Amino acid sequence: MNKMSRYILRRSLLAIPLLLVISFITFVLNILSPMDPAEVVLHAQGVPQITEDLLAETRTALGMDQPLFIRYLNWMLSCLQLDFGNSYVTGKPVWSMLGPAFLNSLKLTVISAVTVIVLSIGLGIICALTEGRWVDKSIRGIAFFLTSMPSYLLAALLVWYFSVKLDWLPTNGIDSVQSYILPVSVITISYAGIYFRIVRSSMLNHLNEDYVLYGRACGLPEIRITMRLLRNSLQVAVSIFFMAIPIILGSTVVIENLFAWPGLGMLSVKSILSRDFSIIQAYVLVLAAAFIAVNTFSDVINTLLNPKLREDS
Amino acid sequence: MNRIHYLFKDRLALFSFLLITTTLLVGIFAPWVAPNDPQEVHMNLRFASVSWKYLLGNDHLGRCVLSRLIYGIRPSVLWVLITLAISVGIGAVVGFVAGYFKEKTDAFLMRICDIMFSFPGYVMTLAIIGVLGVGIENILLAFVLIKWAWFARIIRTSVIQHSNAEYVKFSKALGTSSFKIMRMHILPVTLPDIIVTSSSSFSSMVLQISGFSFLGLGVQAPHAEWGMMLNEARQVMFSRPEVMLAPGITTIIFVSAVNFFTDALQIALDPKLTPIGREHRKGLKQRANLHRGEVA
Repeated sequence: MNKMSRYILRRSLLAIPLLLVISFITFVLNILSPMDPAEVVLHAQGVPQITEDLLAETRTALGMDQPLFIRYLNWMLSCLQLDFGNSYVTGKPVWSMLGPAFLNSLKLTVISAVTVIVLSIGLGIICALTEGRWVDKSIRGIAFFLTSMPSYLLAALLVWYFSVKLDWLPTNGIDSVQSYILPVSVITISYAGIYFRIVRSSMLNHLNEDYVLYGRACGLPEIRITMRLLRNSLQVAVSIFFMAIPIILGSTVVIENLFAWPGLGMLSVKSILSRDFSIIQAYVLVLAAAFIAVNTFSDVINTLLNPKLREDS
Repeated sequence: MNRIHYLFKDRLALFSFLLITTTLLVGIFAPWVAPNDPQEVHMNLRFASVSWKYLLGNDHLGRCVLSRLIYGIRPSVLWVLITLAISVGIGAVVGFVAGYFKEKTDAFLMRICDIMFSFPGYVMTLAIIGVLGVGIENILLAFVLIKWAWFARIIRTSVIQHSNAEYVKFSKALGTSSFKIMRMHILPVTLPDIIVTSSSSFSSMVLQISGFSFLGLGVQAPHAEWGMMLNEARQVMFSRPEVMLAPGITTIIFVSAVNFFTDALQIALDPKLTPIGREHRKGLKQRANLHRGEVA
């Protein structure tokens, strides 16, 4: 086995204890709740009078009378098979609600991450090449203004203009390709304003490197120097891309609720308001696991791309 | 003092600072500053436009928009500031202990931070609201639980850099107590880093809190909060889009002021304007920007 695959294996194995710990925390979250799950279930099912016997019966049905550790083990094993139990409110299996929502959120996230990265690289390069001139200053000024704006306000303004005034785009739902335009652009505008600054400063750092000076001294055409700069700065772009996916996935809550996007964000807020713990628990676990998986993957990709990171691994 | 003088030479920074302090003062003294009762309903004044008694007009229940904005400073800004202070405090203690004692203590504390990092910020907040119930105090609690790890990580890096300095080794050799070394020798040099990182996450926290209130998970009616006012305005967005203006513009101006001030602070607090100092600051700034990564 060569050095690289050993590194990949080691890095993946490191994720396992982390996953165990977060699954335990997620499990314990439920117990910290001031409300009795059995009571919530009975309330949700519309049982008119909750007696002590009924509570005890429900607890046994939910497996609440067993020791904590046994419950955790059982819960873990069934979670590994994507069986997160049933929703307290609707009684349907959690995964049948969470799975489609996860896919919808993922679609939105990946498309947004791609547009974020394209826009960030484009703007970052333009700003770095025109550093200090009016193009750079005005782009940075606009980005500064947009990052100070709550994204839901931006979304509301866009909906008001494009959907209500012009009636071009749908205001909510996920019916057609057009429904992607507004949510994706809101997410792109909010995040590209942050990430393009990273691309820009990485380009500017590379501009001061010796190889650029050497290339210029040799009289290379400026376009070829720029191409080399680009190749070296793209590494930052890759790490931003993988960093952006989990962050966007975790924070589409506001956007999804605004556009009535049937994703994880909508589902989680709905479950919080109806106190449907089993869904909240599964939501936290699935997102945290996805977060760890993407982080591990992006570490591996970064190491593959950058020989400097390999040395100390 | 020299640095503060340098900071306020920047007109924009001075202006932002004045704006932020005025906002804080107005928020603290809200009952004396607000022209009307923010919860007083006048059904005959629904969506009334600007008048002398109601300087910014009235909302969908005829309540005074200006008074609601002023009372909204408390949850939107003041409580966020307190939350930030608590999380920076915890982060600083952990960061100092980890960075100063190194080795096993450091490894242990950093593993805990790693665990905290594996929950995306929004998800952890939603989980805590889900368990403890809707309300701004639970959101603030969630923020403290998440953010301390961030501050601990950044402060630790800064402490490690300085704890290897010659003067620290010298003090250790003299037998000065660890606490005194941290207080006398390490705290003053890491303070700029702490201020820069904490101030740069202030604006994102303000936006996130207002985002949660916008979703109806934070401040509950009838109390006023900027995000919630925007949410109320959204219900009538199609018929009266102008209701969004007051809370929207207030949020944008305040957050911009915080961002401007943070940027100016970063430049002003540069310890030595040497290339090395600048490089270090640049890395820090990049990290701070990444931290800003989660937007509302």
